[in-house]
Amino acid sequence: MNLSRTARAALWTALGAGLAVIYLPLAVVVVNSFNADRTFGWPPPGLTLDWWGAAWRSTGMREALWTSVQAALGATAIALLLGTMAAFAVQRYAFFGRQTVSLLIVLPIALPGIVTGIALSNTFHSVLGVPLGLFTVIVGHATFCVVTVYNNVLARLRRLGVSIEEASADLGADTFTTFRLVTFPMMRSALLAGGLLSFALSFDEIIVTTFTAGAGVRTLPIWIFENLFRPNQAPVVNVVAAALIVLSVLPIWLAQRITGEASRY
Amino acid sequence: MRRRLATFLHRHAGVRLSLLLSAPMAWLGLAYLGALAALLVTAFWSTDTFTGNLIRTFTWSNFQDLVTGEVYRTVALRSLGVAAAVTLIDLVVAFPMAFAMAKLASPRTQRWLVIAVLTPLWASYLVKAYAWRVLLSSEGILGWGYGLGATILTLSYLWLPYMILPIYAGLERLPNSLLDAAGDLGARPWRTFRTVVWPLTFPAVVAGSIFTFSLSLGDYITVKIVGGSSQLIGNVVYDNIGAANNLPFAAAVATVPVLIMLVYLSAVRRTGALENL
Amino acid sequence: MRSTPRRLSRTLTAVAALALAAACGSTEPTGTAAPAPGSSGFTPPKIEALQSLGAGEGQVNLVAWAGYVEDGSSDPKVDWVTEFESTTGCQVNTKVAGTSDEMVNLMKTGEYDAVSASGDASLRLIAAGNVAPVNTALIPNYADVFAGLKDRPWNSVNGVSYGVPHGRGANLLMWRTDKVSPAPDSWGVVFDPNSPYKGSVTAYDSPIYIADAAVYLMATKPELGIKSPYALDDTQFQAAVDLLKQQRTIIGEYWSDYTKEIQAFKAGDTVVGTTWQVIANLAQADQAPVEVTLPKEGATGWSDTWMVAANAKHPNCAYKWLDWIISPKANAQVAEWFGEAPSNAKSCAETADPKHCDTFHATDEDYFSKVYYWTTPIPQCLDGRTDVTCKDYAEWTRAWTEIKG
Repeated sequence: MNLSRTARAALWTALGAGLAVIYLPLAVVVVNSFNADRTFGWPPPGLTLDWWGAAWRSTGMREALWTSVQAALGATAIALLLGTMAAFAVQRYAFFGRQTVSLLIVLPIALPGIVTGIALSNTFHSVLGVPLGLFTVIVGHATFCVVTVYNNVLARLRRLGVSIEEASADLGADTFTTFRLVTFPMMRSALLAGGLLSFALSFDEIIVTTFTAGAGVRTLPIWIFENLFRPNQAPVVNVVAAALIVLSVLPIWLAQRITGEASRY
Repeated sequence: MRRRLATFLHRHAGVRLSLLLSAPMAWLGLAYLGALAALLVTAFWSTDTFTGNLIRTFTWSNFQDLVTGEVYRTVALRSLGVAAAVTLIDLVVAFPMAFAMAKLASPRTQRWLVIAVLTPLWASYLVKAYAWRVLLSSEGILGWGYGLGATILTLSYLWLPYMILPIYAGLERLPNSLLDAAGDLGARPWRTFRTVVWPLTFPAVVAGSIFTFSLSLGDYITVKIVGGSSQLIGNVVYDNIGAANNLPFAAAVATVPVLIMLVYLSAVRRTGALENL
Repeated sequence: MRSTPRRLSRTLTAVAALALAAACGSTEPTGTAAPAPGSSGFTPPKIEALQSLGAGEGQVNLVAWAGYVEDGSSDPKVDWVTEFESTTGCQVNTKVAGTSDEMVNLMKTGEYDAVSASGDASLRLIAAGNVAPVNTALIPNYADVFAGLKDRPWNSVNGVSYGVPHGRGANLLMWRTDKVSPAPDSWGVVFDPNSPYKGSVTAYDSPIYIADAAVYLMATKPELGIKSPYALDDTQFQAAVDLLKQQRTIIGEYWSDYTKEIQAFKAGDTVVGTTWQVIANLAQADQAPVEVTLPKEGATGWSDTWMVAANAKHPNCAYKWLDWIISPKANAQVAEWFGEAPSNAKSCAETADPKHCDTFHATDEDYFSKVYYWTTPIPQCLDGRTDVTCKDYAEWTRAWTEIKG
């Protein structure tokens, strides 16, 4: 591209500065996880490993982490299924109301979380009479996670076209075999990317969760929320966040590798 | 059996389509829209003072209060302003970043840059908001204090990755040859940007803006943490349902952000943004 | 009614509610003919209290505020449940509720045996017949509960006790000693529109804070005739709201959680405003130069009650739990963890910090006589007036939105 040297330098600077802004608060989080002050007083009056110890010993935190993983896995599984189905329908068929399907899938993420939250909690509670619990959290999360899978799969299908599948059919494979041996492998990376984003969305969601979680269900964000407001305990949440930042690199990196390699299709 | 089913499906596109559409439509079209409709209906009800039960009798009173109460107008406009400001800031910050990522970085670097942008999404939203509280405190590194400005800044920070990613994806899809061609035909970078890059990435930009706009419009936690004494529409909904447990009025207030988003969505629908999220 | 996360996370599960129906002129509700709950003219359904204690049923299901029933999962050192389980053989299953309304709804399911109800839930539970009177003779530790907490309007009706008091606390005035002088002894310092501390004043972010303004008005504007800060008629309510709107101009930020307030006071972003004793202690422990007082006008406060379900499946274990949670040791533990005054006088000898009871004024009845405990406002005036309608909590909530602007 014919950008001047100055323009390139300016863009690189913008990227660098942007990343610096992104990481400055995260650095504060990491430093605060060692901050001896109980309410993250700045500058830290001293450093301590106490909070890391407390986080390690906290069974409540481990339970919350496990609840969050379950919720995110459940929501992602549903999102993968529904998102893929919808994407196939919209991309491979012409039908009346095709545009509306897209709109409908985008709607749960486009409407503010508090609206989705109270709408679902009201429905569970007064209309269906379903007691709030982990199940309702999964349903709530899946609703706004479908869109991530849908869009990834849709983009992939658009790029792929149908010729390879037709070739497979011409060579005698039936609908299921074609899907298993041809279509699915080509979509794997798109599913992974969509699934990962969906997992991340669900994992850090708090507003819809607040309204759909039963009184005993504590996801990690809810646990963090509660602990921020418990005296003596607040710094523990910085430990959790710091640990999550470090741990999160792994799945993202793996996914990136797979999608990166697969995108040669 | 399987073979016969496969053949049947192969011949009947309509059946295939119905099967594919049934589950997503049942979920989103029936369950989700149904839940929204039920909420809307609730907005026309009221609650009984003594028993605390819903009174399922039609009344406009919630909407009357909403429309005549000056404070709700102020809060709605303020929330709209905050959402717009956040979206604008994120756009200005994200576009050059995404451009550098997609068009200047090598494929290997690109991969790392995407990871670098995604990573903060895993650090809890609350923890990040509190980190900004620490930064903005008068004793903190920035020391700018709290208020509406602090809320806009913090929200912009929180939702920035959601703006970068779609724009990055949009720019990545934009063939380099197109930019080169524009250059070869004598267009200066600014003109190339205005006539080629911007129109082609516009759907991606809109996609990002749906995230930043709606996430800001519904937020009630960040403003509690760094907002000083201000409140947004999310707080009004939250207070009515949480503290007073007045679902009908909360539902009536909630129609405001819903209407704003529906107008926004229908305005951007034709750009194809909905498929770029 | 107060809490750590609870107040903030006062979200959700909107089903039962306090309402605005009557006030905003909507259709006539079917239930308004029901008797008014409150101090006068209110007859709870006839339910018999347990007459004698039998063997434990092996388990007990509790609905509680966060921090009231700790079994060591938050912090291994914070545990007063395990010992209860091994001594009584009653396994404890806890459901932590986020709001008073959630508590009421959970109790209506009939799956729970006991609940730690706040002043805004207890009367509703009694009136609806969800909880039974408590036979305090079956609770040996009840004898040691402070007299000032027994037979109060939120835990008893017509002299019949409906539960045992968990603990109590007051909403105090805190200030930075290096920035605010002279030391304030009146709420006037946070309501004066020409305050020199403009922009550094804080107030509790909840509609219930309107009662704090009412307490101030009770002392400064006797002509309004406010008898209870939770029973405000139109004029009284308007006066309180006006006062708070005026206060809004000098507020730096509203607070609703420990962490936020301690941080603001330590950094000096906030120099004066309402607080809880536990916040002051934590701030002082972190070397913040702050002091607290119970201003001369009095203050608002809280006192929660453990109640037994009318249809409890495990009534014996529930009684054992009530006795346990107000036993000297457990009551001391929960009071220290939560940061409030214990309800059992003997707990003062059991606290890890020997000065806990002094710090929290546990034995100081004079101190607590100036405290107006949180009660949810309802249209039937809680102070006994029958010639006027009082503002209910839904209206308080709307007014709060208006005050914040």
